[in-house]
Amino acid sequence: MSEQRKVYLDHAASTALDPEVLQKMLPYFSVVSGNASSQHAWGREAMAAVDEARERVAKGLNASPNEIYFTSGGTESDNWAIRGIAEAHAEKGKHIITSAVEHHAVLHTLKALEQNGFEVTYLPVDRLGRVSVDDVVSAIRKDTTLITVMLANNEVGTIQPIREIAREAKKRGVFVHTDAVQAVGAIPVDVKELGVDALSLSAHKFYGPKGIGALFVRNGLKIGRFLNGGGQERTMRGGTYNTPAIVGLGYAIEKAVRDLQKNAEYVSALRDEFVKRVLSEIEYVDLNGDVGEGRLPSNANIGFRYLEGESILFTLDLNGIAVSSGSACSSGSLDPSHVLLAMGVPAERAHGTIRFSFGKENTFEDVDYVVETLKQTVKKLRAFSPLFSARGGSNV
Amino acid sequence: MYSETVMEHFKDPHNAGRLEGANAVGLVGNAACGDILKIYLRIENNVVEDVSFETFGCAAAIASSSVVTDMIKGKTVEEALAVKNADVVAALGGLPAQKIHCSVLAEEAIKNAIDDYNKRRGEQ
Repeated sequence: MSEQRKVYLDHAASTALDPEVLQKMLPYFSVVSGNASSQHAWGREAMAAVDEARERVAKGLNASPNEIYFTSGGTESDNWAIRGIAEAHAEKGKHIITSAVEHHAVLHTLKALEQNGFEVTYLPVDRLGRVSVDDVVSAIRKDTTLITVMLANNEVGTIQPIREIAREAKKRGVFVHTDAVQAVGAIPVDVKELGVDALSLSAHKFYGPKGIGALFVRNGLKIGRFLNGGGQERTMRGGTYNTPAIVGLGYAIEKAVRDLQKNAEYVSALRDEFVKRVLSEIEYVDLNGDVGEGRLPSNANIGFRYLEGESILFTLDLNGIAVSSGSACSSGSLDPSHVLLAMGVPAERAHGTIRFSFGKENTFEDVDYVVETLKQTVKKLRAFSPLFSARGGSNV
Repeated sequence: MYSETVMEHFKDPHNAGRLEGANAVGLVGNAACGDILKIYLRIENNVVEDVSFETFGCAAAIASSSVVTDMIKGKTVEEALAVKNADVVAALGGLPAQKIHCSVLAEEAIKNAIDDYNKRRGEQ
């Protein structure tokens, strides 16, 4: 018997570290052992690597190196940006605008701020998962200090009109933060072109190491300190530099931006072939989110009617395929994906939703294997689905 | 996260699908919550002669349905009614805390089906 094929289609969750990036990181685990904050040669060598990485990140975003702060990842960057900006400008007002489809790193930070007297407006999205710029403008009040809307959604891949939001916000003196964790390395991200004041990113989403990210903070923007400590990151974020991870982030973003167009074209070709085949070869399926330019090239979010997502996820897992599910049953909560519900997908269908996120190491053979496995999976599970056997009828 | 027994039942569920000649049906759960268990019974002379299930739900819901059908097949109505959710959990070699409700649904589906049987018998 041949070995089972393995197909990883969960790149929106995390990507494998690029072997070239790993090679660049390796010396900083052992050979270059100094604390980057030390004054001696060991420390200076480590700091030189941190500085170089900062330049690479800045270049990748079209920012200045002194606008880049290293963090432990996307969640920390989101926490810092939102708390740091909201609290530093609280004397002007305590109103924040966001969308209903943000990552929990944003939504839960905002919930915590609400406990401290801040007021948050959660904007709805259309059926494609997109925020309306007009809604943002209408929501701006005299006491609004911050708008935080993601650049691209992690579940359905919908790209938000951040440039337009930032343009309107600027006219009204409101700062804009964007969670670009899913966007960096997938679509062009230029902080000047976008016009944002702060932007979060995470290395492991673009073949960099886990546990490292960055926050871009536009020069001149007042933001509160995130970690009190030994004065690292221009006193804003204390803590010993994680030199190998920082080096890895630098090389990963450089490579991701350099190869962006090539990777995006390849990955979207895989994704498009996959979506086309699933929609034509499997009955009762729905594609959630936008198509074309309005969506991340890697993302496909598909609802399989009459089925629950976790059962699809585990059947695929038994066949060597990794995906994620919008079902509550996968996350341990009772409600299905807040993103799909905000888009108006009925709860019953949201439970049956699977996110497939493609990456540069996937192949067209992978697409064949996943489509064929999905067909068998759906057939097997629908054979004992009470909703499927009662479809069109009313006996359930 | 799941025991081997859960995965075995999930991978190869026992007594799955509709049951021809069923004389009792139990239905619990709802689609919006992500779980529906439907149990079909053919009861003759107070014995569960045959049983099957249809389930919309997660791996734990499918495994709970599968194992509970094994547990009541060939049993008397009273024995079937005595099956508790804890027995389902034990037969599966345990369930994660957030999946215990699946075993509760399995117990309720059996009770619901037997209620249906008694109701149909009363109507005859």
